[in-house]
Amino acid sequence: MNNSAHIDEHRDDEGAKTGMWIFIFTELLLFGGLFIVYSVYRYLNPAAFHLAAEELDTFIGTVNTVILLVSSMTIAMSISAIQYKNKKLTLLLMGITIFLALVFMVNKYFEWSGKIAHGIYPGSPTLMEASQGEILFFGLYYAMTGLHALHIVIGVAFIAYVMRMVVKDEVQHDNFTILENSGLYWHLVDLIWIFLFPLFYLIT
Amino acid sequence: MEKEQHTHIVKYKTYVIVLIALLFMTFASVAITSINLGPYTVAGALLLASIKCVLVLLIFMHLKFDNKFYGIMVASVFILLASVIFITFLDYLYR
Repeated sequence: MNNSAHIDEHRDDEGAKTGMWIFIFTELLLFGGLFIVYSVYRYLNPAAFHLAAEELDTFIGTVNTVILLVSSMTIAMSISAIQYKNKKLTLLLMGITIFLALVFMVNKYFEWSGKIAHGIYPGSPTLMEASQGEILFFGLYYAMTGLHALHIVIGVAFIAYVMRMVVKDEVQHDNFTILENSGLYWHLVDLIWIFLFPLFYLIT
Repeated sequence: MEKEQHTHIVKYKTYVIVLIALLFMTFASVAITSINLGPYTVAGALLLASIKCVLVLLIFMHLKFDNKFYGIMVASVFILLASVIFITFLDYLYR
């Protein structure tokens, strides 16, 4: 193998990827814990959860789901693009991913500010008059979608950082583990949303 | 060489097909929620979410093409999570 140029390069692609996966497992268990809290409280307060979920806009939820799914595809495609040595397409696909993530956050902003304008936010006087179950539902709604949104922000920063590396040719067709890892992180964000969406927006 | 891990390139077309399947299941889960099926609504929506989850893991996250060891680790974590949920509910149902 013609590998002499890399002779003094210290790299462990498998190790880097395994590390990323182990980190993703901790994230899955973090959100998994929250999902358990959600399911127990929903089991204890089924009627209040139904009532409270009516307040959420299924349309915005669906739009955000579509946005995340498409952005997940574009980041996955960017890995194929770098393997085909197509730098321009890689950057374009990563750019689209970041753009879609920002659109998601704008939707989230309007959604949250709409709720807050209606006086529904943790500890608000309106919410304190509601039943225990509704207080729990909105507490979990803000905590879980908020933590998820934080992950979106981190994902955008991570992808932007890798984009800079692609521009500088530090990530190339034979050295793109960090791009794969940023992709894995982005898919994790997508995976969590796949479960958040039916659990919060699709209760009838 | 380590590089052999990366020789597999997923076609763009594969990703597009997976995305269409994911979008289809999203709209299907919205549709089944709007018709009232009682307890089956939640089960249906969660089943579709689980299928979507598996598709994302296998294709987008490359588990299908990667070393088997990643897939085994991911499956173990999900089994762990499922057992914890199961045990928690045993506690709540029979306390």
